Amino acid sequence: MPRLIMEKYAMPLQPAAERVQNFTEVALGYDQETAVAEAKRCLECKKPKCIEGCPVEVPIPQFISLMKTGDFQGAIRQIKAKNSLPAVCGRVCPQESQCEQLCILGKKGEPVAIGRLERFVADYQLAGSGDDVQNQLAKKVITKSKKVAVVGAGPAGLTAAGDLAKMGYQVTVLEALHVAGGVLMYGIPEFRLPKAIVQQEIEAIKKLGVAIKTNYVVGQLATVDELLAAGYAAVFIGTGAGLPYFMNVPGENLNGVYSANEFLTRANLMKAYRFPEYLTPVKAGQRVAVIGAGNVAMDAARVALRLGAGESSIVYRRSEKEMPARHEEIEHALEEGVKLALLTSPVEFHGDQKGNLTAMTCIRYELCEPDQSGRCRPVALKGSEYKMPVDNVIMALGQGPNPLVGRTTPDLELNRWGNIVANEANGITSKAAVFAGGDIVSGAATVILAMGAGKKAAQAIDQYLKQKI
Amino acid sequence: MYKIVHKEILSEVILLFEVQAPQIAAKARPGQFFILRLDEKGERIPLTIADTNRDTGTITTIFQVVGRTTREMSKLNVGDGILDMVGPLGEASEIENFGRVVCVGGGVGVAPVYPVAKALKEAGNEVIAIIGARNKELLFWEDKLAAASNQLIICTDDGSYGQKGFVTQAVEQVAAAGKIDCLWAIGPMPMMRAMAATTKPLGIKTIVSLNPIMLDGTGMCGACRVSVGGETKFACVDGPEFDAHQVDFDLAMRRLSYYKEEEKRAEAVANCQCGGDGQCHG
Ligand SMILES: Cc1cc2nc3c(=O)[nH]c(=O)nc-3n(C[C@H](O)[C@H](O)[C@H](O)COP(=O)(O)OP(=O)(O)OC[C@H]3O[C@@H](n4cnc5c(N)ncnc54)[C@H](O)[C@@H]3O)c2cc1C
Ligand SMILES: Cc1cc2nc3c(=O)[nH]c(=O)nc-3n(C[C@H](O)[C@H](O)[C@H](O)COP(=O)(O)OP(=O)(O)OC[C@H]3O[C@@H](n4cnc5c(N)ncnc54)[C@H](O)[C@@H]3O)c2cc1C
Ligand code: FES
Repeated sequence: MPRLIMEKYAMPLQPAAERVQNFTEVALGYDQETAVAEAKRCLECKKPKCIEGCPVEVPIPQFISLMKTGDFQGAIRQIKAKNSLPAVCGRVCPQESQCEQLCILGKKGEPVAIGRLERFVADYQLAGSGDDVQNQLAKKVITKSKKVAVVGAGPAGLTAAGDLAKMGYQVTVLEALHVAGGVLMYGIPEFRLPKAIVQQEIEAIKKLGVAIKTNYVVGQLATVDELLAAGYAAVFIGTGAGLPYFMNVPGENLNGVYSANEFLTRANLMKAYRFPEYLTPVKAGQRVAVIGAGNVAMDAARVALRLGAGESSIVYRRSEKEMPARHEEIEHALEEGVKLALLTSPVEFHGDQKGNLTAMTCIRYELCEPDQSGRCRPVALKGSEYKMPVDNVIMALGQGPNPLVGRTTPDLELNRWGNIVANEANGITSKAAVFAGGDIVSGAATVILAMGAGKKAAQAIDQYLKQKI
Repeated sequence: MYKIVHKEILSEVILLFEVQAPQIAAKARPGQFFILRLDEKGERIPLTIADTNRDTGTITTIFQVVGRTTREMSKLNVGDGILDMVGPLGEASEIENFGRVVCVGGGVGVAPVYPVAKALKEAGNEVIAIIGARNKELLFWEDKLAAASNQLIICTDDGSYGQKGFVTQAVEQVAAAGKIDCLWAIGPMPMMRAMAATTKPLGIKTIVSLNPIMLDGTGMCGACRVSVGGETKFACVDGPEFDAHQVDFDLAMRRLSYYKEEEKRAEAVANCQCGGDGQCHG
């Protein structure tokens, strides 16, 4: 038996000092040799656990086994049967809390780098090396007369659309923005997820026969009821969590205070980092403070540095241990020079006569003893207020559901935060023929969970439409 | 691509486009707007839907050349296309039979107030339209506003046409002649602010249409936030029309000026040798 290699092969990265100067990808990807070597670490367990950790059930041991022999086309075929966005998932999925968490190798050493392997084969195929696979997989197979409308072209909607098309339905995706992709296009920065890759994967979904109409706001151009009346036999809603939260503190509407959504949309979707070649402006001044410590906050802080901010800090009212962002993202951010201002949070923003942000008053927090739930609650320390000069603030406090569809669909049940109430197992909502999934149901979560919800809903829609005949 | 089917030059800085956009035309109601992007590298800018023609599937928009995008747009001609147009966006005006209503349009604001006046007249109101501009050359759509109202008052700052003076003075005259049940004022921020200050002591319900900087227009980014009655609202989904007496105009005006430097730079590179890719201006 060959000796076990207990550690993952390292992912080559752009050096931190270099990459903060550009928007190109940070993680460069395995080369062929490393990919095969990493694949060979897989023990091919009799009862593989890893698959259980994958919300879309990618046949992980099978594709890795094919990789060992250099059969990358076979590997991508295995993946694509279950996952239509592997180049995206290989890059942004939190594998450490999903498939890789369950890998048996992880007990003694590091798990197999499943995500990196998925990325490798997906990139291999996108680079053209697997064109025939692409053509075999992405074939138009419309066999059914029933039409399905999908609202929102994020990972949930795209997955539902792709799966329904594979089943033979005529699928039309309606997307509010001028491009499809949802958060993959407007939120996650280019240096973590190149937009050209997202578009290539969407092209493959289109080849299945999925029609995508951009610039189409459901609730304005047509309501859900109007879509049903216009001949769509079912509607899937995947409109995401796009409503930015603010803090409701004085001065928050000063110039220079951005929501993370605005800041990232300017930078990513509108390519403001290439202003004035691209015409949308964005500002990241000398001192930038990002409020919050999730993945969105890390992205915003790192974008700010690349836009030329002198200093970019994460301001968070708990301690480093509680930061909700992925470990890898925090590490990359710190390497690049993002600073942490922990146990502190703003209570007021101050501006000059032009209404431009100049400073913020923060208050310090202390963590109390953990309560029954095990979480330490942060408690503000009276009298600890201090002023901190700042040119831009980016609020990354989470997002709520976009209200447009809910407002215009009276018989669709929403919870008290405005999320659509849907069965997690099949996307069934309170309204007949209407299904929902992704962030609009779960609240802000992950790409793969949104895809899993889209997949389950596609199956439920198929069942529903078969019964209806 | 959304094709331009008609172009009119209304004044030196104000143009009218009629654009093929049948789906938007079929749905648009008074008070609503759309967002366009001229090309791949363009900015998304909002413009009001000033008129629709459901038979031809077109919408009409009137815009003032104030910066890079509107200047580029002014160079387009009939037959040219606009890459992206999304709409209708925003809440429609709340049209009902109020009684005696006044619709004030200042400058380019004459265009967005027209569909409101027309709908109010159709709803049975007595509509008094007041349109104003700095001088005669900048006035347009006098005929359309005359048709959409029972009475039309024209004001120019310099007295070159109609009565000399500001639209606020005309409103005071109309108020002195009889009770005004509701008033719409659409135009530049300072004009809307002045109107709010004029009608508040007179107790006239006043609605303004705010024009903050926008990005997505679907409530996703918060760029368009305004303060109304002390509460933050997103103008693209909660508005763009709001109760004038509740609006924090100073804040709204300050927010409009945040990108002044970048706007100048975008204009400068358009006029230089590098062809706009920013090389010579960095
Ligand atoms: C900055 C950022 C970084 C992230 N990083 C990661 C990460 O590294 N890994 C990870 O797994 N997850 C990450 N996430 C979370 C992940 O992106 C989301 O959970 C996921 O995109 C949700 O997918 P969705 O399809 O439900 O919604 P979305 O991706 O939000 O897509 C919804 C789509 O619906 C459209 N829409 C909304 N309303 C309408 C309407 N009325 N009519 C038509 N279209 C409409 C929107 O324009 C949008 O395109 C990140 C999120 C953000 C914001
Ligand atoms: C709901 C709404 C309806 C509007 N309707 C009309 C209309 O019918 N006719 C018309 O002429 N104008 C209208 N505007 C204003 C119009 O959007 C701006 O004049 C236009 O964006 C200027 O772009 P620019 O690149 O030519 O100029 P820039 O040089 O970019 O800006 C000039 C000024 O325009 C404003 N502005 C800049 N970018 C935006 C943006 N993305 N969104 C909004 N304002 C911006 C700022 O105050 C700026 O100082 C409307 C605005 C809104 C919000
Ligand atoms: S323009 Fe983005 S929320 Fe209104």
